[in-house]
Amino acid sequence: MALIEAIDIAKHFSARRNAFGGERGVVRAVDGISFAIEQGQTLGIVGESGCGKTTTAKLVLGLEEPSGGTMRFEGRDLRTLDGAGRREYRKSIQAVFQDPYASLNPRMRIGAIIAEPLVTNEKVTADEVRARVAELLDLVGLPAHAADLFPHEFSGGQRQRIAIARALALSPKLIVLDEPVSALDVSIRAQILNLLRDLQARLGLSYLFIAHDLAAVAHMSHMIAVMYLGKIVESGEARSLARAPKHPYTEALFSAALPNHPDDRREEIILPGEVPSPINPPSGCRFHPRCPRAMPGCAEQPPALQVVGSGRVACYLYDSVETDRAAAPIAAG
Amino acid sequence: MPSAPLLQLDRLSTHYVSAQGTRIVRAVDEVSLSLNAGETLGIVGESGSGKSTLALTLLRVLPPAARIVGGRMLLDGEDLVQKSDVEMREIRGKKIAMILQDPMASLNPLFTIGNQVAEPIQVHEGARRKTAWERARALLKAVRIQSPEARVKQYPHEMSGGMRQRIVGAIGISCEPRLLIADEPTTSLDLTIQAQYLNLLRELQREHGLALIFITHNLGIVAKMCDQLAVMYAGRVVESGPVSRIFNAPTHPYTEALLNSIPRMSDPDQRLTAIDGQPPNLAALPPGCAFAPRCLQAVPRCREAAPPPFVPEEGRTARCWLAEPSVAPADQRVASGAI
Repeated sequence: MALIEAIDIAKHFSARRNAFGGERGVVRAVDGISFAIEQGQTLGIVGESGCGKTTTAKLVLGLEEPSGGTMRFEGRDLRTLDGAGRREYRKSIQAVFQDPYASLNPRMRIGAIIAEPLVTNEKVTADEVRARVAELLDLVGLPAHAADLFPHEFSGGQRQRIAIARALALSPKLIVLDEPVSALDVSIRAQILNLLRDLQARLGLSYLFIAHDLAAVAHMSHMIAVMYLGKIVESGEARSLARAPKHPYTEALFSAALPNHPDDRREEIILPGEVPSPINPPSGCRFHPRCPRAMPGCAEQPPALQVVGSGRVACYLYDSVETDRAAAPIAAG
Repeated sequence: MPSAPLLQLDRLSTHYVSAQGTRIVRAVDEVSLSLNAGETLGIVGESGSGKSTLALTLLRVLPPAARIVGGRMLLDGEDLVQKSDVEMREIRGKKIAMILQDPMASLNPLFTIGNQVAEPIQVHEGARRKTAWERARALLKAVRIQSPEARVKQYPHEMSGGMRQRIVGAIGISCEPRLLIADEPTTSLDLTIQAQYLNLLRELQREHGLALIFITHNLGIVAKMCDQLAVMYAGRVVESGPVSRIFNAPTHPYTEALLNSIPRMSDPDQRLTAIDGQPPNLAALPPGCAFAPRCLQAVPRCREAAPPPFVPEEGRTARCWLAEPSVAPADQRVASGAI
């Protein structure tokens, strides 16, 4: 059983065209996507601005209510949870954000920052809190005396360790990592990525990893889902997806990733134009106006996500290959 | 001389001095580099390594606390350090242009695109408004902006991020500069838009014989775009040379560690080599090599004296005692302990 499972979830926002009212539109930020995260595994979500990655993260965190579809946590539908169940769910899911300069309160000491989730959620004595904070600091590789200091006394990488310690305070099962290293210096990023991998191995954590850096996502993830304008266009096991992308968008995205080495000359697919607005997404396959391999039918009906090889692809190019239109969510193999 | 470099920096130093003159930050310290016309140089470093101060020094647009305290920077044989402010104003935008990281901040929201692209042409070449606007339309076309006739009358907020960055690029090349400095030009762009933009820059470079300087923390951009590389650490160029040779066989341990710390798509199982510790505080640098406290190959000498730029092979430099021609045998090296 997957730890968390999303079945055809959607999130639509209503948008005004201008400050004086005027025509209204609906932003289809997430428009019917399905995925699953197994215990101890990482699902990476990649895609460009406006593809719905962050909205997906918010839906998982319970910060947004889905406009449609079902979210299941350990097999239970989130809508059926009562207050206590809902609190339990929130405790099991924590987040680490991009900017460790903005996510830590500058007026609180590190000890208080890390203990805050404990103090607000559980009945604990001051001694227990102190012991737990020391344990958490040790877990993320910071000295125990850090508890008495303030955030400004730490560098970006150390702050991100503090944010991770805070996320671990309630022993969550899933941590949402939204661009956890993009604000850090290059020499520090590897420290944090290694720490996250070690913690996963030690504590059996699951991650939802969102990042722009495709190589970092491929490095961290077991499964990858590629999003474009609110839809998953391709998903599958991380390595095979990165090595042999199938959807034309995934292909273009991975070909646009920067090389590791100057001798690494690969063919680049330069997409024309930019990502259209999610207020009025293109008909049919949302990628068709930019797709180098678009066919006449692509503008009519949106393609369904179907099994192709070891992954799933939503593209008519693969229609003849295999047809399995069962809307089962992707799951780690 | 057949090929004098277009730009030559010779032991250039820029320091920030505190109001009382008591604290000195050596943001750029004895930097020597050269760049030929049509070539691309990548300057790589972490925050605080001095790479952006170096760019500001090249344009002589330093904040009041900063001073160029030594060295020369020769552009076409003329020393820019010696130029007066009035002379510099003629060079900036005309011979050297710059593209900044944030296209939202580099365009004025109150003026139309046409005004902003035409302005340098009017200022530097004394062109009439009409000719300048015609050139502006041609430039927008050159940076692949659709229907430039309509776009010149629009304002920055009507454009997407990628378009704005291309417009900033159009302003950069408007007076056909010899040298274009791009400071993290694509960090705010999405991947597919970044690929479009980098290709555009490369085409512009080819058409105009531009020399390009990329200031970035991203080694991927260097691998893709650059011929030459200079790695900065704590205000100094710790290693420089041709990109492919440095990537194949880095000399400085910092360069090597940086290259090993990046996740690779081809090998997701690798354990990343993290560089322990933090980049140093420029106001309180350790004696000796600034990287020594984080260096796994440091020898006692590294903590005593800063290494000069050695030349491990033709066209390369490395500020590391290990690159000294008669290098110490391996058994004298000690594993670094924490300081």
